[in-house]
Amino acid sequence: MDYFLELFLGGLTRGSIYALIALGYTMVYGIIELINFAHGEIYMIGAFTALIVASALSLMGMSGLSLLILAGLVAVIYSSAYGYTIEKIAYKPLRQAPRLSPLISAIGMSIFLQNYVLLAQTSDFLSFPALIKEFEFMEPISHIMRSSELVIILTTLVSTALLTLFIKFSRTGKAMRATAQDKTMAMLLGVNVNRVISVTFIIGSGLAAIGGVLISSHIGQINFYIGFIAGIKAFTAAVLGGIGSIPGAVLGGMILGWTESFATGYVSSDYEDVFAFGLLVFILIFRPAGILGRSTSEKV
Amino acid sequence: MKPTKPALDVRALKMDFGGLRALDNIDLQIYHGEIVALIGPNGAGKTTFFNCITGMYEPTGGDMIINPVEREPVRINRLKPNVVTEHGLARTFQNIRLFHKMTVLENVMVARHCRTKAGIAGAIFRDPKTRKEEKEMVDFSYGLLDKVGLGQFVNELASELPYGAQRRLEIARAMATEPFLLLLDEPAAGMNPKETNELDRLIMRLRNEENISILLIEHDMKLVMSISDRIYVLDYGKMIAQGTPSEISEDPKVIKAYLGETFDA
Amino acid sequence: MAAKWRPLIDKITGEFTKSLLVSAWFMFLTFPLMVIKVRPLERTIEWRWMNLVYIGVGAFFLSFIWRYLMSRKDGGGSEEEGESWQKKAGLRIRTDKKIYLPGLAAVVAFIVIFPFIFSGYQTQIMISALMYVMLGLGLNIVVGLAGLLDLGYVAFYAVGAYCYALLNHHFGVPFWIALPLCGALAALFGILLGFPVLRLRGDYLAIVTLGFGEIIRLILENWNEFSFGPSGIAGISRPDFFGMELSLREHTIYLYFIIVMLVLFTILVVSRLRNSRIGRAWIALREDEVACQAMGIDKTKTKLTAFALGATWAGLVGCIFAAKTTFINPASFTFMESAIILSIVVLGGMGSIVGVMIGAFILILLPEYLRAFSEYRMLAFGAAMVLIMVFRPQGIISGIRQRYEFHRAGQPEGTR
Repeated sequence: MDYFLELFLGGLTRGSIYALIALGYTMVYGIIELINFAHGEIYMIGAFTALIVASALSLMGMSGLSLLILAGLVAVIYSSAYGYTIEKIAYKPLRQAPRLSPLISAIGMSIFLQNYVLLAQTSDFLSFPALIKEFEFMEPISHIMRSSELVIILTTLVSTALLTLFIKFSRTGKAMRATAQDKTMAMLLGVNVNRVISVTFIIGSGLAAIGGVLISSHIGQINFYIGFIAGIKAFTAAVLGGIGSIPGAVLGGMILGWTESFATGYVSSDYEDVFAFGLLVFILIFRPAGILGRSTSEKV
Repeated sequence: MKPTKPALDVRALKMDFGGLRALDNIDLQIYHGEIVALIGPNGAGKTTFFNCITGMYEPTGGDMIINPVEREPVRINRLKPNVVTEHGLARTFQNIRLFHKMTVLENVMVARHCRTKAGIAGAIFRDPKTRKEEKEMVDFSYGLLDKVGLGQFVNELASELPYGAQRRLEIARAMATEPFLLLLDEPAAGMNPKETNELDRLIMRLRNEENISILLIEHDMKLVMSISDRIYVLDYGKMIAQGTPSEISEDPKVIKAYLGETFDA
Repeated sequence: MAAKWRPLIDKITGEFTKSLLVSAWFMFLTFPLMVIKVRPLERTIEWRWMNLVYIGVGAFFLSFIWRYLMSRKDGGGSEEEGESWQKKAGLRIRTDKKIYLPGLAAVVAFIVIFPFIFSGYQTQIMISALMYVMLGLGLNIVVGLAGLLDLGYVAFYAVGAYCYALLNHHFGVPFWIALPLCGALAALFGILLGFPVLRLRGDYLAIVTLGFGEIIRLILENWNEFSFGPSGIAGISRPDFFGMELSLREHTIYLYFIIVMLVLFTILVVSRLRNSRIGRAWIALREDEVACQAMGIDKTKTKLTAFALGATWAGLVGCIFAAKTTFINPASFTFMESAIILSIVVLGGMGSIVGVMIGAFILILLPEYLRAFSEYRMLAFGAAMVLIMVFRPQGIISGIRQRYEFHRAGQPEGTR
């Protein structure tokens, strides 16, 4: 039973990270229908920035919670800045372009950013300091759940809740929903579509950075390539849940996390990804628009 | 000139979307060689009716039976759109749906697909049989384009044609599938009076020369009244009237349904 | 006098400020990654301030160029002109025999003598580039013509490579017998993948094909009994030449001519398919699925033929790849490979054969010849992909449809 619980919580942790990254995919896709392949790289840059800041600060003698918060904050700011800049350079000029062109631009951006970090930093795995210390109150259950897992799950919960509230009630959130529905109409009604798109990238990137910092601290090492795999997984999660849907991204992330965790625990870690993608194919056969996605039949 | 069996026989057709009944017990018959118009206010369910007949929607209930000339009757419920087209029903679309990046001629040639056979091997090796078929396809398509007055545009991209010409190209494309019943969804929408006049003549000519029946959805009452043999009137998913143009224009129910809309016949 | 120059001065200072801001922004953006380098073992920080200066100066000047190119692109007129110029030139080259024939002769002569005047290494690179031309043309059937976004194309490439490697390893099957088998097996896999994804649209299709590609790779990586796992299969036979013993160089030249012939065959097939009954059905499907079905085209069959034919080509190239390297392992078949092949198609111009060839040469030869910049090459490669898309979103060459000449009404005649 403990083993099951451990796997369940491990899956929940993984799923939370996937969800945090998937939110960025889903939001961007909802608004400009682009698979932002560089999104995984944003997550990686977030993790790297946090690592650099945390290392620099700890050499200066800082430690504990303040270090985590400061490093995390800088990572979020930088990832958001990268997300904003990438959109301006690689996607904005392609708004009117054929459908696949921004996708290729995104793939190019992804290659560029990976190699940028590789050159500016290193190709080796760097050990990431455990920014989240083990809490004392977690002692009794520490054999099935680590403190960092608790932090990851709670952070995801809070971030998603805040995002949902933001999209539901804020002015910008309403503008985002309007833009997602009909870009031209939103523009005619005075919504600054360019600004909405920028905000979407900024928020999505910030969430990815949070995910990057937390998981790196949990696993303990990073390199320039982590964004690629996480990106693909998170995109899978977004599609699984129904791309464009925020609860869908969270649900998809969790399902993916559990599938991988249980497959690793009960079958074999070798085939973890096979199960993940197999599940995706299986679900899409029965629900071609994802679990929570509404299948839009074309008007004739 | 009404043979016993109608070309298209629709009985008690029902179509529900969720809880909404879009079509309610529709009966409609088109006889060979007839031009029939389906009219009604916006949202009455006219295009839904088209989509049901052509296999794009699966109707909730009722029967749709076609009786092609010299062939066995076929029940077309639950058939895929391409199979329906193979059986001899062809349609145009309300919002023009051409293959924009193909030339005008190619648009028509695509519609010959279901009447031709060349496979992959034929395409690669270009054996005499394939070449002959291809030549016939080009000739046939060109002939059709000439007939609708697009002969000089064959090599233009479909998207580069003027609006009225795009509508005519849609008709030519539908005709290329050799239908016995042609379904036109608002063919005159957005046309100026001169273009509408030409369309009027084109539809008559197609009926007379190609020996087909035509069912059209149209808002332009002048066009409807001048070319239709019979008219069906749809309102809120129900068939509220049918008859000859003169009967329809005097029907109080029809006038009531159209109140507020221009009805200048 | 002063008033006359006022707008110009304003413009210059305006542009100057813009560039300064951009420069400052990039200095901020790259600061942590470019300047700070932590050495965890020695517990020291290296501050690389010079990098910041490079970035600042570089961004300042590049932003002028960027804005200039952007304003030219948005100018509109110039682009149209370029288009029509390209069309005219294309038509001229293809119709005027005075240009066409000598040009063709020169190209043929160059292709024939290439492996004899260049080193074996250069020939190897050329073989790679030509393999990617074939892959690009194959994927072009699926993506460019039928409009089905396939991100897992590399799976079929892997199927072809492993098909030959395993047949050769276990049963000693020679290259020429394995080649068609590889194509056929890949086609079968194409149909296998095609069936479940028929209902999916656009990006859903993309992620499922991506997943399919990963599944194939992971199976190859982990099913040791079948595929020898990550260590791969070595000692695969090179193509045999009537049982003669060939030196390595001769083998390379032989393989070069095999691939040249196959590329020619591919071009012939693709160009014929494109203007055939099947090809038109693919394009119609890409343009408008609803209208396509309404015109009597069987969506299922059309999609499956596209998948199967596209996959066939990947299978053939896979077989050649195994024969060329004599060693394969799953690491050659990652998603990045699919992304590169897709980029070849889109970069070159979807649906255009010449475009795909140019795309393949740029994307394969560029990194090779950028080796001088060794570590910067992939950086430059990524940047080039972004820049080409930003400044030429429709690809380098746009596809041209076949024209038909009608001399007299009712007497049409197809011409090339």
